[in-house]
Amino acid sequence: MSPAYEPVIGLEIHVQLKTNTKMFCGCELSFGDPPNTHTCPVCLGLPGALPVANARAVHYALLIGLALGCELAPRSIFHRKNYFYPDLPKGYQVSQYDVPICSGGRLGDVRIHRAHLEEDAAKLVHVGASGRIHGADESVVDFNRGGTPLVEIVTEPDVRSAAQAREWLTLLRETLRQLGVSDVNMEEGSLRCDANVSIRPAGSDRLGTKTELKNMNSFRYLERGVEAEIARQVALVEAGGQVEQETLHYDPVSGSLTPLRSKEEAHDYRYFPEPDLVPIVVDEAMVAAARAELPELPAQRAERYERELELSADSARQLAFRADLAAYFEQALQADGAHPQTLANWVTGELVARVGDGDPAASKVAPAALAKLVALLRAKTITPGAAKQVLDALVAEGGDPQAIVEAEGLGALGGGDELDELVQRALAADPDAVAKLKAGNMKAIGPIVGFVMRETKGRADGGEVTRLVREHLKL
Amino acid sequence: MSDAIELTAAQAAERIRDGELSARELFDAYRARAAADAGDLNAFTWVADAAPELPANGAPLAGVPLAVKDLFCTEGVPSQSGSKILEGYRPPYTATAVRRLADAGATLLGKTNQDEFAMGSSNENSAFGPVKNPWDRERVPGGSSGGSAAAVAAGLAPWALGTDTGGSIRQPAALCGIVGLKPTYGAISRYGMIAFASSLDQAGPFTRDVTDAALLLRHMVGRDPCDSTSLAYPGEIALPQGVDLRGLKLGVPQELTGDGIESGVREAFNATLALAEQLGASVETCSLPHAPHALSAYYLIAPAEASANLARFDGVRYGLRVDADDLLGMYTQTREAGFGAEVKRRIMLGTYALSSGYYDAYYGRAQQVRTKVAEDFRAAFERFDLLVTPTAPSVAFRLGEKLDDPLAMYLSDVCTVPMSLAGIPAISIPNGLSDGLPTGFQLCGPAFSENRLLDAAYVLEQALGFDGSEARA
Repeated sequence: MSPAYEPVIGLEIHVQLKTNTKMFCGCELSFGDPPNTHTCPVCLGLPGALPVANARAVHYALLIGLALGCELAPRSIFHRKNYFYPDLPKGYQVSQYDVPICSGGRLGDVRIHRAHLEEDAAKLVHVGASGRIHGADESVVDFNRGGTPLVEIVTEPDVRSAAQAREWLTLLRETLRQLGVSDVNMEEGSLRCDANVSIRPAGSDRLGTKTELKNMNSFRYLERGVEAEIARQVALVEAGGQVEQETLHYDPVSGSLTPLRSKEEAHDYRYFPEPDLVPIVVDEAMVAAARAELPELPAQRAERYERELELSADSARQLAFRADLAAYFEQALQADGAHPQTLANWVTGELVARVGDGDPAASKVAPAALAKLVALLRAKTITPGAAKQVLDALVAEGGDPQAIVEAEGLGALGGGDELDELVQRALAADPDAVAKLKAGNMKAIGPIVGFVMRETKGRADGGEVTRLVREHLKL
Repeated sequence: MSDAIELTAAQAAERIRDGELSARELFDAYRARAAADAGDLNAFTWVADAAPELPANGAPLAGVPLAVKDLFCTEGVPSQSGSKILEGYRPPYTATAVRRLADAGATLLGKTNQDEFAMGSSNENSAFGPVKNPWDRERVPGGSSGGSAAAVAAGLAPWALGTDTGGSIRQPAALCGIVGLKPTYGAISRYGMIAFASSLDQAGPFTRDVTDAALLLRHMVGRDPCDSTSLAYPGEIALPQGVDLRGLKLGVPQELTGDGIESGVREAFNATLALAEQLGASVETCSLPHAPHALSAYYLIAPAEASANLARFDGVRYGLRVDADDLLGMYTQTREAGFGAEVKRRIMLGTYALSSGYYDAYYGRAQQVRTKVAEDFRAAFERFDLLVTPTAPSVAFRLGEKLDDPLAMYLSDVCTVPMSLAGIPAISIPNGLSDGLPTGFQLCGPAFSENRLLDAAYVLEQALGFDGSEARA
């Protein structure tokens, strides 16, 4: 991007809550069930049906509010957002407007404007070539999703690049996941992100005209879509044009941005307070219950690891972003907390390489066993190469690292006679290398060390081998 | 059986429980009368084919038949809210109020005609034709619950359910010479009532006397988990009693009893005030300073809510659909064909009142007026036990008389709308005839004062001795 321009990005995130039932009725939440099998008079908008707010959804909204450092409204109300669309059975969406349940707050480097409760629309399926409503042969509606509880989180326009948008959304997703309030799956639509994008001359504090980007249903598409839109706006402005306020649909296949029509046209939603619902009254007990349930969240956990355990920022983040890894790490740390960084490296590196995305606690490697393995390594009782072999054995069979080291003879060779003899054999076997070493070319030590390692199956300490070589050749 | 028709519902229930009357025969007698009405008053939109399963012995309502306003959802039975857009619509569930009455032993006799979506004061806005007043078939029964009022007045049903948004129970009750009660907002669940204006709609009874009103109300009130605006009723609805009004302080709001009240109605009202004094009540003029603005506020708030409530009638899932080339065409043509003129007028009015740039001036301002009206009542109830007014400014008017003048029609609600805005209970009792047509006397009280209201109405009813049998002949 041209350095003359600075992007200003705000995000609007829709989070489907993982409640048992819908926002305003008793229908079960479902994903992938046959169409229209989870409906009732309320979520179908039948005449006479009335909504009743889901207490669990309110609880989840409070959890999200606390996690994002929001102010929780002691009394918030629902509004009706009026527009006609076939996926909206009542002709209005029940949402929150000027008195949301959560306002203000911050997550990482992005301020939160507000978070509010609302209901999801149903799912429209357009039959025909276009796959969209315009030009469809017919459209059918699946009301299973209709009425799913949503929390909409709106950020302040604090994001300055597409990469930052992606990174911050990752933090938000991990935070929500660890709260246990949502499946946060972008592909399945339980986490959806729209972006408001504008550009301005670098150094300016006024806001340019923004466009709204929709349909970026993966982290990659979010980053690409925002990047494409920034590039489009810069090109437009540099060519002397002006950005128009509009809503754009991102097509991840072609990478194109096309203006949306119909539903997303500038609308007068005629918001007014929903007379069928009483205000959400949040008392101290409800806040206390939510607070008691609040786990340590990724941002705080990473910060604590850096501060208390002096982990590198990268390790801290890798652990904090996966609750299962962090829990495993902390258990191991309790068994032997001598060197947190080495332990962290082994958890996020070697262990993850072997157990993948699965919870390491479900593997055969007990946290205490990994801690012991790291301790053996730190004490140079075993070499890194041997430690990897022990870990392989632990992953396959479990057990105690010490016992495995002894049984397999993987203990490191100290500076004793056995190693000295091997070094002498290596020197005798490679006069070429010896000549080079004597001539001052230390790189020639490689084959000597390699010989010893081969013979000891990696149990030798490289440093000790080098020392012995120098001693024998009087270097 | 013609004797049984002359029994009040409470009397009939008692005789059935005592084994002196057959619930089935009573049902059949009413069913025959209701079915025979078809071309006459046009009070029913649907009449049961046969007696339903009768309740177990001892059920408090003992199988006494009940007529229900069309807009209450009744499972498998047409529930059309007087609209062509819901013609033939049979819901998959039953409204809480109706279900509770059925649980108490009421049997569904039929569904009654009404103004479309309860919008109207004459029952001329029904897609199923106007209802006629049993006292004079050239005249309207009032609205919007005109079918329920006419059915009870004409003895086609012993009692009926209606709904009142701005007077839709009380005004037709007055015009048809029967008792109509609008309870405290929230006292009866709205679940299953096809909505007009959610913050105002309340179900309530149409009965021949005050005792029946109390009995029907008793079995409907209470919190419903399906309606978050419903409330637990404090205490129980008692059957009314009393022989005089000693110690009762009645206030007469000058704003609702002045100009615009027809002379015959005013005379009847004043006579009953005098009667109340004779019975020991104190009667004093009082003021509801914001009441003159209530009607204007009502005709912004109710249409605003209605404009959203009626958005669901879009041709997508149920009811009428007019197919068109595109989505917008389907919406506009379906709603053009399905809604009547008054409904369209109110949707336009309400949509306008909520529009960006007009919201504060119309809907917002109307809500402020509503608050002021409610405060006026609260202040008045610090001095008075109950307030009384004529129920409607005139007796039943002629069919077609106000059809082309919506504002004149809206004025029919001038005495009933303030209580609706305040959410307080009000009852209309027959108050004698003026030129051979019934007039109504309205009493209202603070929220949840139904028992006090019913007792006072009962004492006046006994003293007035109104005879409505002429309309049942």
